[in-house]
Amino acid sequence: MIPEIGHFALILALCVAVVQSSLPIYGAAVGNSALMAVAKPAARGQFLLVLIAFCSLGYAFADKDFSVLYVAATSNSQLPLHYRLAAIWGAHEGSLLLWTFILTIWMFAVTLFSTHLPDTMRSRILGVMGLVSMGFLLFMLTVSNPFERLIPAAADGRDLNPLLQDPGMVMHPPMLYMGYVGFSVAFAFAIAALLGGNLDAAWARWSRPWTTVAWCFLTIGIALGSGWAYYELGWGGWWFWDPVENASFMPWLAGTALIHSLAVTDKRGGFKVWTVLLAIMAFSLSLLGTFLVRSGVLTSVHAFATDPKRGLFILAFLAVVIGGSLVLYAWRAPRVGLGGGFSLVSREAMLLGNNVLLVAAMGSVLLGTLYPLFLDALDLGKISVGPPYFDSVFAPLMTPAIFLMGIGPLVQWKKADMPDLAKRLRWAFGVSLVTALALPIILGNWTPLLSLGLLLAIWIVTTALVSLRERLAHVEGSGLMARLMMVSRSYWGMLLAHCGIAVFIVGVTMVKGFETEQDVRMNVGETATIGGYTFRFDGAQDVMGPNYTAARGTFHVSQDGRDATMMYPEKRRYTAQNQVMTEAAIDSGLLRDLYVSLGEPLDDGAWSVRLYYKPFVDWIWGGCLIMALGGVLAVSDRRYRLAWRREAQDVPAATRTARRKVA
Amino acid sequence: MRWLAFMVLLMPGVVLAGEARPLADDPVAEARLKHLAVELRCLVCQNQTLADSNAPLAEDLRREVREMIAKNMSDKEIIDFLVSRYGDFVLYRPPMKATTTLLWLGPFVLLAGGAIALVTALRRRGKRLTDAAITDEEHRRVEQLLSQGVKRS
Amino acid sequence: MNRFVLPLTIFAVMVGFLAVGLTLNPREIPSPLVGKAAPLFSLPQLHDQDKVFSPDEMKGQVWLLNFWASWCSGCKTEHPVLMQLAKSGEVPVYGMDYKDEKEEAVTWLRRWGNPYPIVAVDAAGRVGIDYGVYGVPETYVIDKQGVIRYKQIGPLDDETVAKKILPLVKELRAR
Repeated sequence: MIPEIGHFALILALCVAVVQSSLPIYGAAVGNSALMAVAKPAARGQFLLVLIAFCSLGYAFADKDFSVLYVAATSNSQLPLHYRLAAIWGAHEGSLLLWTFILTIWMFAVTLFSTHLPDTMRSRILGVMGLVSMGFLLFMLTVSNPFERLIPAAADGRDLNPLLQDPGMVMHPPMLYMGYVGFSVAFAFAIAALLGGNLDAAWARWSRPWTTVAWCFLTIGIALGSGWAYYELGWGGWWFWDPVENASFMPWLAGTALIHSLAVTDKRGGFKVWTVLLAIMAFSLSLLGTFLVRSGVLTSVHAFATDPKRGLFILAFLAVVIGGSLVLYAWRAPRVGLGGGFSLVSREAMLLGNNVLLVAAMGSVLLGTLYPLFLDALDLGKISVGPPYFDSVFAPLMTPAIFLMGIGPLVQWKKADMPDLAKRLRWAFGVSLVTALALPIILGNWTPLLSLGLLLAIWIVTTALVSLRERLAHVEGSGLMARLMMVSRSYWGMLLAHCGIAVFIVGVTMVKGFETEQDVRMNVGETATIGGYTFRFDGAQDVMGPNYTAARGTFHVSQDGRDATMMYPEKRRYTAQNQVMTEAAIDSGLLRDLYVSLGEPLDDGAWSVRLYYKPFVDWIWGGCLIMALGGVLAVSDRRYRLAWRREAQDVPAATRTARRKVA
Repeated sequence: MRWLAFMVLLMPGVVLAGEARPLADDPVAEARLKHLAVELRCLVCQNQTLADSNAPLAEDLRREVREMIAKNMSDKEIIDFLVSRYGDFVLYRPPMKATTTLLWLGPFVLLAGGAIALVTALRRRGKRLTDAAITDEEHRRVEQLLSQGVKRS
Repeated sequence: MNRFVLPLTIFAVMVGFLAVGLTLNPREIPSPLVGKAAPLFSLPQLHDQDKVFSPDEMKGQVWLLNFWASWCSGCKTEHPVLMQLAKSGEVPVYGMDYKDEKEEAVTWLRRWGNPYPIVAVDAAGRVGIDYGVYGVPETYVIDKQGVIRYKQIGPLDDETVAKKILPLVKELRAR
């Protein structure tokens, strides 16, 4: 019964979506406020209906209702409750429902935080988002129904893929989707602005917080995915340039470019047309990612089970939404004005230089990901494009971008003084260069790449300090603390986000430069040494989990004779699908990770064991977290908080109630 | 002296078990295998390297590569061996060929193109904006308005 | 071209490629050996360990080499097609038992029928690697000079045999 309620709720949501995507936009075009006012309740209604559907599916999982096909395919009676609920997004149909649900969450948020927008703008934004949700709801109701019944019901489910039975994997899709789908708001803003013909600085100012929040979520989502791969897959890797990983990284690159471009348009009114195009691109890449993951055109461990009908539907949807928005762009963009001018060396130019580099990087990732498909489609043979390609192409593109990151905040708007700039950066550059050259030598292994990585990271931090010092000099206040408090949160956000990148680069550079690995056969009592730590194998015992049996190894770790820790890697066999999985044991530390994974039991009672010493590896995800925090800090800036508080206060009570009556 | 050794053995915490042996018989060759296998594709997996895959074919291919390393074949010879049997698909680093020129040059073409577009756009916009200099008539109006403003405030 | 139409054009081209991509199989690996000499080998026969089989013996004939195994479900699917081909006598199909147990293979053939005049045994899979085999079943059409002219990846079906294999065999015989 409950699944049918969920199914019906989706059908109703589709009807509401049809209304939401047509009436308000038409109303905005002809100036009919009654039609425009339909947008808000429609969006809220959709949120409610999809919430009902989502909860119905959750109930089916909690209740172990194996008469629902999707539940039977991804759950099991032995699966613990939290994983049963996470299985909602464990496969294709359910993850689409999650996507749609998150879209309605963003829609709802737009209805809450858009009172300062003109009605035409708001109705167009919600209308566009309604169009997107209409597509996804239609997709679900036609070829990907999560509520499809299985008659007769299965005796027990096939179980959630053991790789997904893990906290990281539980959080990764929701965070990722909050990011991906969040870019639909920036997209909707851009389309609304094109439709209305009013591309001005105000539009950019309104879009910024939405874009930044979505970007924060996407950053965390990608970091979670990478961290999960690191500890779950058992070989210590954290990024493979897999097509599905790239599918999430491309919107991130475009989104980062968009954040910077919006800053230019907001502050200087310039390059509006480019910013609009970026906003369209960021969300288009999200949709493209959705296509790549579910259509079967590319091979990946992450890809969902495929079906040509589904691929065709998404492609058609892509063509309509992105094609339509690019047609609108080609039609309306030429009429938009130029905005303020600025010289070739100015902060605006640096920010746009950042854009060129990020978009070139994004284009390269897209090129590498789709190239095998291009060649195959043209019957020119089959190739593979993997990490060696992406690594050799991405780093040279990002290096100048990171140099710009140091220079940009120090450069004046409109027209910069080059010699003066060089003077201000002298110290930072000198310190960075010397430290970057010396540090690897001190640590025992010098390679050019190691130095380059450290140079970039130290450059970011030293230029940040220079920038902060200059900022403090221009700020009022008695004493350092007072002046630090006066510096705006958006500035701190920028500094923090940039430093997050520095932390990330340190992590990547140090791990690649100093990690060590050992593959040994260990009998009980034998020891192996790696990274200055001694590992002693104390045997393996059989253990029972809720839905698996495992061999758990015990390792005693010591350093310089002193006890450090105990580690318990496991080799699990999940009963339902009889799948074997390695559960590595990781001892995380600020400066290093110790990583042990059990291989195979060998003939003489020994085990093959793989040991890793990975210095600074957690800085990779720590850096991402710091980046996201920087974004959050920037969004909590006074001007947004004041604007929000002001619009709630400015409107007199009588008008507020009157407005509510009309709505 | 024997009793001293016996006492040492009884002391807790002293483990006289040996150092674990490396899994591979020849660690040097194994390192070379790893170096190669990381850039080779497991043909039957869903996007995994030859080094990481547990598939039977991957194990067979690793065995082949080990044997070739033992025969002192060069990296290029080993790669050629695999490519002649499985095609370029087996390489994660696409070879530089006529069909992959666009792939390898593409990123830098994109960068160069973007940079040129940016500089051109900036120059063109600069010209368009400075060309619209204000005329003398407009200058006089500005003076007028400014003096009015001063009077008012 | 108007620079505002450029994004749309690029997108349209990409969609075109993606649409074609939907019809392709990204996991199928075409063989670089088509048009090259069939790799030589000398392997023991399944039904008579003392004898060997080598492609040298087949020079002057057009023939099929079929890689199969008793543990392979696709081989079961294509088996009737091979039996039909053997019965019709249109072209000889020689078998290569790939990474299999001899007893299992013999039993399998006894149970389902043996379309092969000779079955060679590739226990370790080395000859398979030489032929670029990455899964079973795979079938090669080899001409009179011992050159591979076609590779079928996956099970053969009646349609492929009728439309691709037999016409090719006829053409190769005429040369």
